Amino acid sequence: MKLTRRHTLMMAFGSAVAAMLPVRAFAALEDDITAFTGGADVGSEGITLIAPEIAENGNTVPIEVNAPGAEAIIVFAAGNPTPAVATFNFGPLAASQSAATRIRLAGTQDVIAIARMPDGSFVQASQEVKVTIGGCGG
Amino acid sequence: MAENVKPRVRVPRDATAGEEITIKTLISHTMESGQRKDGDGNAIPRSIINRFTCAFNGEIVIDVTLEPAISTNPYFEFQAIVPESGTFEFTWYDDDGDVYTDSKDIAVS
Repeated sequence: MKLTRRHTLMMAFGSAVAAMLPVRAFAALEDDITAFTGGADVGSEGITLIAPEIAENGNTVPIEVNAPGAEAIIVFAAGNPTPAVATFNFGPLAASQSAATRIRLAGTQDVIAIARMPDGSFVQASQEVKVTIGGCGG
Repeated sequence: MAENVKPRVRVPRDATAGEEITIKTLISHTMESGQRKDGDGNAIPRSIINRFTCAFNGEIVIDVTLEPAISTNPYFEFQAIVPESGTFEFTWYDDDGDVYTDSKDIAVS
């Protein structure tokens, strides 16, 4: 195939669009995280996120978050069309700041949990979940 | 999708004062995410439960904000402290304005 100027331009344009797509999805997640943390630094101690390494069915993936002493825990799925998954706010009668639920994952991606501590600091944990069948239907 | 919504809650019948108990809740709901399309390619509108709360004698145990990424038939498991005998109140808030409730009594010795 002869490379004309038109072909070269089209190829360059195509790869530029392909490169932009993940960046855009990532930007939505960044915005959501900033909305929760207010741009504060996020540590990594004192929070655990339990999720399966491989999920056969993305429609129902069991996860568990635990952050002793936290006020609230927010969960994100980095690769979903809308990254937010759930926010757990713990009241005075919560025995432990942990909760388990089932979530939808569109494909293989990172699941991220961020906890807000009473002193205003934030901690984060993340884990990659490999999904065999995505859970967003089409 | 407000028909056939049935909450199910599991709470121990009795406990000792200050004991940590595990509560499991499940509510049948399609949790339509708004991402799916029907046979003609039209998007099916979002219809989910957007909030779940559990309170014991009026004090909050957990308050959860749900997004479309929560699975069909939302399930939650969490721990609570019971200082005295009383009633757990569970409330689910639907996008369409419906509110589903359930309650369980617990005897503390």
